[in-house]
Amino acid sequence: MASKTININLKIWRQKNANAKGSMETYKLDNVSTDSSFLEMLDQLNEQLINERQEPIAFDHDCREGICGMCSLFINGEAHGPDRAVTTCQLHMRKFKDGETIYVEPWRAKAFPVIKDLVVDRSAFDRIQQAGGFVSVNTSGRTMDANAIPIPKHDADKAFEAAACIGCGACVASCVNASAMLFVSAKVSQMALLPQGKVEAKERVLNMVRTMDEEGFGNCTNTGACAVECPKEISLDNIARMNREFLKAAVTSEA
Amino acid sequence: MALTGLFLCTFLIGHLLGNLQLFAGGEEGKRAFNEYGYFMSHNIFIKVLSYTTYISILFHAIDGFLLAFQNKKARPVNYAYNKPSANSAWASRSMALLGSIILIFICTHMANFWWKAKYSSTPMPLHRVEVSAPGSEQKQSLYLTTTGSFLPTEGLVIKHGTQIYAPEVNLKVGEGYKDLHSLTVAFFGHDKSAEGFPANEFALLAVVLYALAMLTLSFHLWHGFSSAFQSLGVRHPKYTPFIQALGKGFAVIVPMAFASIPIFLYLTK
Ligand code: HEM
Ligand code: SF4
Ligand code: FES
Repeated sequence: MASKTININLKIWRQKNANAKGSMETYKLDNVSTDSSFLEMLDQLNEQLINERQEPIAFDHDCREGICGMCSLFINGEAHGPDRAVTTCQLHMRKFKDGETIYVEPWRAKAFPVIKDLVVDRSAFDRIQQAGGFVSVNTSGRTMDANAIPIPKHDADKAFEAAACIGCGACVASCVNASAMLFVSAKVSQMALLPQGKVEAKERVLNMVRTMDEEGFGNCTNTGACAVECPKEISLDNIARMNREFLKAAVTSEA
Repeated sequence: MALTGLFLCTFLIGHLLGNLQLFAGGEEGKRAFNEYGYFMSHNIFIKVLSYTTYISILFHAIDGFLLAFQNKKARPVNYAYNKPSANSAWASRSMALLGSIILIFICTHMANFWWKAKYSSTPMPLHRVEVSAPGSEQKQSLYLTTTGSFLPTEGLVIKHGTQIYAPEVNLKVGEGYKDLHSLTVAFFGHDKSAEGFPANEFALLAVVLYALAMLTLSFHLWHGFSSAFQSLGVRHPKYTPFIQALGKGFAVIVPMAFASIPIFLYLTK
């Protein structure tokens, strides 16, 4: 297939640092290969900016193969752009038309403050994980082989699907309420479904939900936007499961 | 939120069944409706239920505003360009707006009916029937009493809203029914000044606003009904499609049935 090139206009959020006031700036970029990824297009723009002795645009990325969850752009009004089940790094320029104006913005949420340009601080997710997204294992040398524990295939599959969450934050970015429910519910579910996770199930869900609220994420009103925009197609089933886990734990906990 | 929302959904069914009696015409229909109104205000079980409803509305509204306020704070800077229609339904993103409109409607609705029926300083006219003795042209006006008997309106006086007294001996001779049927007919009817109630010159406006409020409720429930189950963690591949279909049906049929009543009254009375 012969590769095509397109010329595009970009409106990109520029912000010097966390405290600076930012604004949308307009750029023109010609000869963008439709085979390039969105991040490669930004690389091309940055080269152009550097050649013009301008500050290049800061944006997050790492693996560029859709598994690390670092890339995080709000493109043309949608998290990770118009395509479904892909991260920004896996979004291709063939999804855009010649002459199109493309808006690029950072995730917007109180819990994800902008550090610079398109880069936001997502450490709130780490703190939620630290509050309960683990199982405590005795490492004295007698650790039981996980494969020795019988787990129904169905449960294992569901846990695996939940574990596919890469913590990118698109769910928060696309939610009207900036709610982190899909992320937290995936992290709660991947453990709640397995025998190893049952031991700490109660404290886990209570602590993770409390931390989620403390970090300033909004409340879920079940709009379902998160699951549509999630690059890993995390299901709303997980949110219902977390609601069940939470209600059970809240009703029966002693504190 | 989910519990109060679902409770309010069951309230809607009860309230609708009561209101649908307004379709029954004639003296029979009027009598049935006023007797129903009396039952609703004199039954201890209904009293408990109605206070639960007031508290639910209050709690649901306060909780809703609180959530909306927190959610606004969770995104202090908005996107320059956002396309939420790509991933979610308008109703689901507008629950606070829809709920606020419903709340305003509930206030005006209660001022127009509940307040007038219960606390208005001018006593509500009582249920009356016009009859003529056999072979006579002369019409006589009678009060229907709560024991099912009739008392002449002439020579008797009303005290404490509904108590019928013989004035010269100051003796209670019966209790009448508040004529809620005529109140409603006069409010929505297009030209009828019913039984001591003045005709409402803004009847058409009242009907249109009522229908718009029901449309708002319809959108609120379109999202709200199934959302409440999700909030409670009730989600299952076998039952969720049914709950979602039921929610959509409920959201269309119930508000439409409510709205059909004032439209019917406007067109026929
Ligand atoms: C008869 C009237 C009403 C009914 C039957 C009703 C029903 C519902 C239901 C079933 C939900 C979904 C709950 C959930 O997802 O957990 C809901 C949500 C909501 N309601 Fe109402 N509601 C009514 C009136 C109101 C009023 C007066 C307000 C005033 C502000 C309001 C504000 C909200 C808000 C903000 C939500 C979204 C919260 C959420 O989805 O969790 N509602 N309503
Ligand atoms: S749930 Fe989906 S959108 Fe949210 S952080 Fe995980 S992968 Fe990203
Ligand atoms: S850069 Fe790793 S997922 Fe996009």
